[in-house]
Amino acid sequence: MAHQSNYQPKTAFTRWMDSRLPVIRMAYDTILDFPTPRNLNYMWTFGGILTFFLGLQIITGVILAMHYTADTSVAFDSIEYLMRNVNYGWLMRYTHAVGASMFFVAVYLHIFRGLYYGSYKAPREILWIIGVLIFLAMIATSFMGYSLVWGQMSFWAVTVITNLFSSLDSIVNGLGTAIVQWIWGDFSVSDATLNRLFSLHYLLPFVIAGLVGLHIWALHVPGNNNPIGVDLRDPKREAVPFHPYYTAKDLFALTAFLLLFAYFVFYLPDYLGHADNYIKANPLQTPPHIVPEWYFLPFYAILRAIPSKLGGVIAMFSSIGVLFFIPWLDTSSERSARYRPIYKWFFWLLAIACVALGYLGSKPPEGGYLVAARIFTAYYFIHFLIIMPIVGVIETPKPRPRTIADAIFKGGGQASGYAAQPAAAAAEKR
Amino acid sequence: MKEIFSTRAIRFALGGIVLAGSLAAANPGWAAEGGATIPRQDWTFGGVTGYFDREQLRRGYQVYKNVCSACHGMRQLYYRNLSEPGGPEYSEGSVKQFAAEAQVTDGPNDDGEMFTRPGRPSDRFVSPYPNDKAAAAAQGGAVPPDLSLIAKARTVTRAAPWYMEPFYWLYDIATVYQEQGPDYVHALLTSYTEPPEGVKVLAGTNYNTAFPGHQIAMPPPLVEGAVEYPEGVPATVDNYARDVSAFLMWAAEPKLEERKRMGLKVLVYLAILTLLLYLSKRALWRNVEH
Repeated sequence: MAHQSNYQPKTAFTRWMDSRLPVIRMAYDTILDFPTPRNLNYMWTFGGILTFFLGLQIITGVILAMHYTADTSVAFDSIEYLMRNVNYGWLMRYTHAVGASMFFVAVYLHIFRGLYYGSYKAPREILWIIGVLIFLAMIATSFMGYSLVWGQMSFWAVTVITNLFSSLDSIVNGLGTAIVQWIWGDFSVSDATLNRLFSLHYLLPFVIAGLVGLHIWALHVPGNNNPIGVDLRDPKREAVPFHPYYTAKDLFALTAFLLLFAYFVFYLPDYLGHADNYIKANPLQTPPHIVPEWYFLPFYAILRAIPSKLGGVIAMFSSIGVLFFIPWLDTSSERSARYRPIYKWFFWLLAIACVALGYLGSKPPEGGYLVAARIFTAYYFIHFLIIMPIVGVIETPKPRPRTIADAIFKGGGQASGYAAQPAAAAAEKR
Repeated sequence: MKEIFSTRAIRFALGGIVLAGSLAAANPGWAAEGGATIPRQDWTFGGVTGYFDREQLRRGYQVYKNVCSACHGMRQLYYRNLSEPGGPEYSEGSVKQFAAEAQVTDGPNDDGEMFTRPGRPSDRFVSPYPNDKAAAAAQGGAVPPDLSLIAKARTVTRAAPWYMEPFYWLYDIATVYQEQGPDYVHALLTSYTEPPEGVKVLAGTNYNTAFPGHQIAMPPPLVEGAVEYPEGVPATVDNYARDVSAFLMWAAEPKLEERKRMGLKVLVYLAILTLLLYLSKRALWRNVEH
């Protein structure tokens, strides 16, 4: 990793290990000793929360898979059987279902934190891009997981989303249909479809886990960004070792978040879902409103805001695709929006647009809802493609602390606290 | 606090919750999609300490058995569930008797023949029709839905202006509202009326103000006095509807009591742990300027 390793093996075994496979050194350097800016706020705790939820989803998911049957005639019943007749089956199932929702709550906060504090800017472009890839993999995974329930909403969501590819028929006649049938493995959403959804739903979380490993690796090269958006100059004064300072803070944030999570698991387990998904899938009966899970609603609103089917599909995929280019679309040299008087307003406008699109995605695409969805969709793209590049050029950033130390030690750099004495002593020696 | 990001978000959330709380007094109306206002009912199984009233579940089971089960199956349930903890908790003897009243198709036997025998507690509830086609044929084309999950498969939506909806959501979350299904079932069973003037009811349907579209194939199922009730509980349509809705909630969520009991322990544990972790974090950071 980027910082100098301070690990010193103390026992014969750890010395033996260190000269063969230095995993203990790696763990020490990245989890215990890693120099982390002192001035991170609670928005920086979601990375740890997300890692926890990935682990939780994998553990509960593996257990659920022991009782799940990927067969269209019994899939729905196998989940009900688990809920009723397997010890704590209901707990595993609700933890997994609500866990998916909380995973998205945390990831959206994590993404918006990155947007606000400019965590995508050099030298963190690759870190950001890996993050977008994780987000994409999460979308695919949760969509497939929701389909496995094989209730009415599951079935019709799969039908609607896979049918999106048929829009390619308007470019090359028959191409879209061929792709859709290839995805289905049949001429309709069927057993073959359900089985591949299950297979991929089991596979993708491990892909996510691998990407998370890369994400953390890419994070540990430049180190954490921070609220003032200035690089660490003097790690001894401006940083603390990750453990115990940030392990303690992250653990507190995690349990606070788990309170919200547990509240939903135990008291409102179905609140974030849809009642129709407790009706077994019926290909002959379309539900009155087909809506995805809440975390897809903004994208669903964008899809339906465009009058052409192909256009809607392109817009929906572009809304995620555009995220890959943010490091280069943002032309400002200032990282943190805290010191960007103009951009700050546009950031909150974007946040409002995304929440509004989420609301509109749950409504039928007609009348005022459709008009509003079009306006916010337009803003979403204008924000990234036009406002970001232009504001970065015309804006004059507000004065900000030159260094993290300036921000921390108010009143003339009075050094105190952890590592301050050694640093001061070192300065005297010089 | 210098953190604009977090404090603003927190202020918004708090403001929203306060506003949502003040809505409680306004007693908001609830409506099924395209239907009438569906009032929120008081249930013993609502809230963080919710539990099922055994007597109510037993009355509800009697209503199901004597009325609903003529047309509606409950294929997710086993007779043994009726004696399990957290439900009506009938004695094992009673459950054997309930099961034995049904005829179950079993087999093949040693001669390779299917045969019928009286039900056992380990059997699933026997459905009134062998399959959906038979149900549709007997019911003039409409299949009576299976009732195992009906209390979770139905919901109510609110006729509210768009800017109020988020506050209603917060209000629902803050007041642990997860009984939309039983509210709907209760309303459906008690909302059969004469159609308003000028409304033509299609042949084979009945007018019901709670049902989306108002025209439902099911004729009014509950008649006062149709099910014998224990002394002290009036045998009214409203009581039948209320009791069978509670029974259907248990049928859809038989582990509800276990879940809520565990939930309280988990939340208390997490709250204490969170407090301790906060104090340790504060102690650790006390002398670290940040």
